Amino acid sequence: MRLLDPTSERDDTRRERAPRPPGLDGLRIGLLDIGKPRGNVFLDRVAEHLAARGLTVERFRKPTFTKPAPVDLRHEIATKCDVVIEALAD
Amino acid sequence: MIPDGLVAVVKRACPTCELVAPVLGELDVTVYSQDDPTFPDGLGARDDRDLEVSFALGIDTVPTLLRVEEGEVTGRVEGWDRARWEAFTGTTGLGAGLPEWRPGCGSRTHDPEVVDQRLVAATLGHLRARQVELGAAEDEIEAMYARGWSDGLPLVPPTPERVARMCAGTTRAPGDVVAIVPPDLVECTVEKVAINAVMAGCRPEYLPVVLAALEAACTDEFNIHGLLATTWFSGPLVVVNGPVTRAIGMNSGVNALGPGNRANATIGRALQLVVRNVGGGRPGGVDRATLGNPGKYTFCFAEDEAGSPWESLAAERGVPAGTSAVTLFAGEGVRGVVDQLSRAPESLTRSFAACLRTVGHPKNVFIWDAMLVVSPEHARVFREAGWTKARLRDELHAALQLPAEELVHGAGGIAEGMPEWLCEPGSTLAKFRDGGLLIAHAGGGAGLFSAIIGGWASGAVGSEPVTREVGA
Repeated sequence: MRLLDPTSERDDTRRERAPRPPGLDGLRIGLLDIGKPRGNVFLDRVAEHLAARGLTVERFRKPTFTKPAPVDLRHEIATKCDVVIEALAD
Repeated sequence: MIPDGLVAVVKRACPTCELVAPVLGELDVTVYSQDDPTFPDGLGARDDRDLEVSFALGIDTVPTLLRVEEGEVTGRVEGWDRARWEAFTGTTGLGAGLPEWRPGCGSRTHDPEVVDQRLVAATLGHLRARQVELGAAEDEIEAMYARGWSDGLPLVPPTPERVARMCAGTTRAPGDVVAIVPPDLVECTVEKVAINAVMAGCRPEYLPVVLAALEAACTDEFNIHGLLATTWFSGPLVVVNGPVTRAIGMNSGVNALGPGNRANATIGRALQLVVRNVGGGRPGGVDRATLGNPGKYTFCFAEDEAGSPWESLAAERGVPAGTSAVTLFAGEGVRGVVDQLSRAPESLTRSFAACLRTVGHPKNVFIWDAMLVVSPEHARVFREAGWTKARLRDELHAALQLPAEELVHGAGGIAEGMPEWLCEPGSTLAKFRDGGLLIAHAGGGAGLFSAIIGGWASGAVGSEPVTREVGA
């Protein structure tokens, strides 16, 4: 019996993760709030801790947690940051 | 190549052809036989069992006697009619002893299985999906499970022939792109929808509804990506309006939200299978629902328009009368509303409101949308009181202006609720945003029950209900 493939027939491309930085010194750090309740509380505390270590951060926020981040926002983060910390859940 | 001169098309299974067989022997005629080249005996009939000549000549009836000149048909006589045959052939005394006239039989070109085979053959060449060859010892149902194509229930094997038949359910070409399906953002063709519709158990005439549902689901407003990914219960609910619901036999009556109707069951399932197989959205993968709900297998019903006291859901949403449409709603499970005592619309409205308040959480406002499915016995209360749907919605909104003190975090000893900055003492907050409460009519004739289908994160934050007309 022959069947027609119901899937997208895509071949997944495997990509290596970017290398983990050995430390945060000198890196540009982004904090991304996806818009979930109290994500800001979490990120405020993270920012405090980073500031205490002499690091500066830039804050970003998705318009809504239910949709992927807009392309422009992703591009901005990629351009401005070396690492990103994301508040992913409630 | 069809020769010039007299040509006859016959089949042995036709009594009139048997009758005229001796007449054909009297004429200089090229005979094509649709079912048996040894018929008529001794005439050396040409074999047209594949019906190529019959289709080329446009044969409706056998016997048909034709005149071909320079490759063109210049005249034809159908059935047996001595006078006409004599005039047509310029011969006298044909068929001595035969009756004057006998009607012919249907040409095999009109046999349903022949029509189907030709349709399938014509479409097969346009199918582009990869073919998966199963081993002789492989069970096809198990093979589909093993490949991860199933939602957990058995699938109908999508053979090329079944998919070709399914594609005939729409005028759109198999290669037409219907939508970009999340989460993998894949261009999904009519053919891929057809494959999944076959697996879901759809009939070809359901396909336009599935296509419209997929188009609606894959809009930015409806946001099937987020709906798939959410930890909340909800999935795409498809409400179908218009003449297509009757044409394909959908259920809007007894058990409308439950099982038992093929169209209801398989249209909703086909949509989910497309998201699963084409979009790549699988439970435990991108689908992160904490608990989910059984409606995520399939959730589709027709609105009972004929029995409704109100304009239909589609009409309210701008679809012209007589046009079929689907409305997609990010629905969680069905919860019942019982009110067997209210005979006044005010009382019944307050019952609805009390139950609608619990959507999501009794202390949440404008976070969740909801659909209220009013049953015939409840609708009768509003019909007899002359309430329009707009009146009911207004009264529900009025009854769902909730005191801020009851909603604020901590009120009632419950931490969940609305933040203090929103809950000014003495004020009220509306349970539903404008456009966040949909009302439809469906159900069996007995039962003073209606249904609330809770929604998901409402509006631009999450999902907006989307209506699309059903095409051909």
